[in-house]
Amino acid sequence: MKAMNELRLTFPSRSANEGFARAAVAAFVAQLDPAVDELADLRTAVSEAVTNAIVHAYPNELGPVTLTVRLYENGRVCLQVRDRGRGIEDVEKAMEPLFTTGGEERSGLGFSVMQSFTDRVRVRSTPGKGTTVTMDKYIALRVKGQR
Amino acid sequence: MQVNLTREGDTLIAAISGELDHHTAAAMRQQIDTAALSCRCRVLRLDFSALTFMDSSGIGLIMGRYRLMQSMGGCVQLQGVSGRLERMIRLAGLDKLPIWNTQEGKE
Repeated sequence: MKAMNELRLTFPSRSANEGFARAAVAAFVAQLDPAVDELADLRTAVSEAVTNAIVHAYPNELGPVTLTVRLYENGRVCLQVRDRGRGIEDVEKAMEPLFTTGGEERSGLGFSVMQSFTDRVRVRSTPGKGTTVTMDKYIALRVKGQR
Repeated sequence: MQVNLTREGDTLIAAISGELDHHTAAAMRQQIDTAALSCRCRVLRLDFSALTFMDSSGIGLIMGRYRLMQSMGGCVQLQGVSGRLERMIRLAGLDKLPIWNTQEGKE
């Protein structure tokens, strides 16, 4: 199915952009008329993915983070967060709940939250080249034929 | 993002408002820890009722404060926990810790 609308943003991996990414996703997805909870789930999921890119992909430097949001007629929202950072050696390990390389103040819950708050999470990563996290969430269509 | 710190007897109450993410957590952490270390209270109560957003950085913040209070022989209580925050607390397994404010709901 072809996306009916698409947003693509690229910003440097500054932590101030975590809030910006959430706000951008919320504003763009608003056209699907999501419920408050659905929108909060999407904001949380994108916050986790963007924070991962900022903390882990570029630990000692700034680099580009690209956020793509695609909206589909059946209510599917596809969120993609891509970086060109150091990549993940062992994706399976990185996705284990509570596993973190981020130090004491990181909970290691990022991927668990993404999985819990969206319908599907895929992670593609190449060490030295970067990581792409793709999440799908289906928004309940409240008014048929109005999309 | 703002942390309002008040003291009630042996309890330090940190009321967090605004958005709690990786970007804002560092400053919040510093404010709370400075107050906790100087007042030497037995209980640190984190009040989330005025939060408008929180991701898993908040779980990291709770875990870090739990460790700090434990190291001083104290404890952490949570107040104003939303449904979404509770989901994350359960994902982290923190629901097994004695961190719920037992006074909540009785007031």
